[in-house]
Amino acid sequence: MLKTFKKGGVHPPENKLSSGKPIEVLPPPASVFIPVAQHIGAPATPVVSRGDTVKVGQIIAKSSSFVSTNIHSSVSGKVKKVDFQADSSGYPKQGVFIDVAGDEWIDEIDRSDELKKEFELSGEEIVRKIQDAGIVGLGGATFPTHVKLVPPKGMKADVLLINGVECEPYLTSDHRLMLEKTEEILVGTQLLMKALNVEKAVIGIENNKPDAIQLLTEKSKTYQGISVVALKVKYPQGGEKQLINAVTGREVPSGGLPIAVGAVVSNVGTAFAVYEGIQKNKPLFERVVTITGKAVSSPSNLLVRVGTPTSVLIEAAGGLPENSGKVISGGPMMGRAIASLDVPVTKGTSGILLMEKEQSKRKEYIACIRCSRCVSVCPIGLEPYLLMTLSEKQIFDQSEDAKIMDCIECGSCSYTCPSNRPLLDYIRFGKGKVGQIIRSRKK
Amino acid sequence: MSNLLTVSPSPHVHSDDSTRKIMYRVVYAMIPALLWSVFIFGIDALRVTLIAVAACIAFEYLIQKYLMKINPSVTDGSALVTGILLAFNVPAGIPWWIIVIGSLAAIGIGKLSFGGLGSNIFNPALVGRVFLLISFPVQMTSWPVTRQSDVDAVTSATPLGIIKEGLTNGTPVSQLLPDLPATSDMLLGNMGGSLGEISVLLLIVGGLYMLFKKVITWHIPVSIIVSVGIIAAIFWGAAPQNYVNPVYHLLTGGLMLGAIFMATDMVSSPMTPKGQIIYGVGIGVITISIRLFGAYPEGISFAILIMNAFTPLINTYVKPKRFGGK
Ligand code: SF4
Ligand code: SF4
Repeated sequence: MLKTFKKGGVHPPENKLSSGKPIEVLPPPASVFIPVAQHIGAPATPVVSRGDTVKVGQIIAKSSSFVSTNIHSSVSGKVKKVDFQADSSGYPKQGVFIDVAGDEWIDEIDRSDELKKEFELSGEEIVRKIQDAGIVGLGGATFPTHVKLVPPKGMKADVLLINGVECEPYLTSDHRLMLEKTEEILVGTQLLMKALNVEKAVIGIENNKPDAIQLLTEKSKTYQGISVVALKVKYPQGGEKQLINAVTGREVPSGGLPIAVGAVVSNVGTAFAVYEGIQKNKPLFERVVTITGKAVSSPSNLLVRVGTPTSVLIEAAGGLPENSGKVISGGPMMGRAIASLDVPVTKGTSGILLMEKEQSKRKEYIACIRCSRCVSVCPIGLEPYLLMTLSEKQIFDQSEDAKIMDCIECGSCSYTCPSNRPLLDYIRFGKGKVGQIIRSRKK
Repeated sequence: MSNLLTVSPSPHVHSDDSTRKIMYRVVYAMIPALLWSVFIFGIDALRVTLIAVAACIAFEYLIQKYLMKINPSVTDGSALVTGILLAFNVPAGIPWWIIVIGSLAAIGIGKLSFGGLGSNIFNPALVGRVFLLISFPVQMTSWPVTRQSDVDAVTSATPLGIIKEGLTNGTPVSQLLPDLPATSDMLLGNMGGSLGEISVLLLIVGGLYMLFKKVITWHIPVSIIVSVGIIAAIFWGAAPQNYVNPVYHLLTGGLMLGAIFMATDMVSSPMTPKGQIIYGVGIGVITISIRLFGAYPEGISFAILIMNAFTPLINTYVKPKRFGGK
């Protein structure tokens, strides 16, 4: 029996249309908009201004606190302005607009393809370099990686989990990366192990990627302490708590961090970025993005510079299909629908999904028939039907008791509800309110 | 602007399952038992079913449209399910106007007075049945002849009816046995009883279909059947002349119909597996208590209604195990 997390979960159609498409390099666009907040934590502070010329890899915004990270230019050219524009959240965010000229990289970056396995650095040096290189969790959460590598006092990691699950339907960027940058990921994993001072790393991959499982299992033999485990296909296995549970059987306590059970989770994309950041001196300014959808003429995996507008990616995949109704940044379960094609690719953009008009609109919802499906699919063991009712009636003390804050917003409940109830919408609203209540209590 | 993009929160895909599909799966699951009752009781069984279905749908539509002044929701299929279940719970020879009254009680009192689908506390079809049982006790227990009955018989008794009467009069079990159907007849459904309850085998087939289609889970039916079986076996083992073999309790008296189709009604049963087992055991214990010590030979309808009333309480106190909780 394949391992998986023990509670709840769903299995939406996988639709991995682009899994056979090798990663292609998308040339820098004519202009980019690079937001200074592409991560969880404090936005970085811009250090360039209008008229400055920048090179690829140069810092353009500096980390402003520990939970923050540097932003580097992904292109060379001239800073047009530092201004506000909407990102995938829909809110205007500060960022740097650059008109692209040529493709001139800073000298420090090693642009060769040669695999560099050896490293001499200490754990602290690795953490510092990761911080300098602006590396964040590339699975979509965009939590600054260096923060995860420094556990709170009194806590110690004993295992590093590398997340190659890619449980979101449609997305294939991690899958391609595992096939094409296998050894780089393994070296990145070793660097992370060293930084965390753990002896053991496990790469978790869902069983719908047998080629990646085989390749990584084979190659990992020469790397001390790294093993690969095949997981049963089940969403949301890529969630940190679910992956830890699937691989180690441990349960992160309610309200706690993974480190509480001795685990740290990093995405395969992050491991690759760590390799590049340390072995090649290359800061994080480009990433692999899947551009896909049933009507897309050529679904692809592209290596894209951060700041590239969504419209450029869509052109590269054959243009916007006639009947497109929704553009999603990320996957269909947790991604964000974006309102404008000017929204830039950021460090957290794992894919762009174009949905056809018919699938873009939600169906009307009807009464809850108490079928309990939402309860049985919830990976956290919550009662979504009840949380929705409590939000509707605004009874927030009860939602807090019912552990609404533990919801990981995976959407399994809304996905499953036969009455089409917008469970997660109401739960998000409730979480917002309960969060406010908790914060005001602390003051 | 035709190229406007839709923006809505995640998730952006849906399982494509619907309440209506679930209701239709329940209907499909009941068809084998329905066909069997037409075979046993003749066209009367079909007549009763069609009247019940038509009346339930019509009452739902009329009450919602003209009394509640809301958009009728008859297309969700739930009134259809209620209609068939109500028909399954009455004798095949029942006059048409009694079925219509039963349908009004089921839909009007059992369902819409609580606010409609999803808000009702009790299983609507059972509300209809119990309403009829109390109002028309004679007609509700006049079991029509089956094709196996003696030619000159007008009505036939149900096995549990024979047992109750016999034991109440002090007849020992051994003398009752010749009057009771053989086990194979009870399994197949060669016996008297309500329209849809007689063929245990086909009810189980329907139940397996619903299990397979994930309409129900095993928790409720199994916990009812096991608890009834165990308690009946204990009494039988202690005093075999005063109590019948548990097989009779399991195969007759609508136990399977109740356990598989009535108690599993989503709306009126608990949400968590643990809660469902508590509920199922409750139904089993009450059913067998009514049968052994109460006035009615059957009892599962009352047992389900009583446990329906406890469902909100069970949902309040039996919570799913939280991930990462203590
Ligand atoms: S309640 Fe939250 S965690 Fe549970 S299924 Fe819904 S979105 Fe996922
Ligand atoms: S899945 Fe939908 S209909 Fe079923 S219990 Fe949950 S909210 Fe109600």
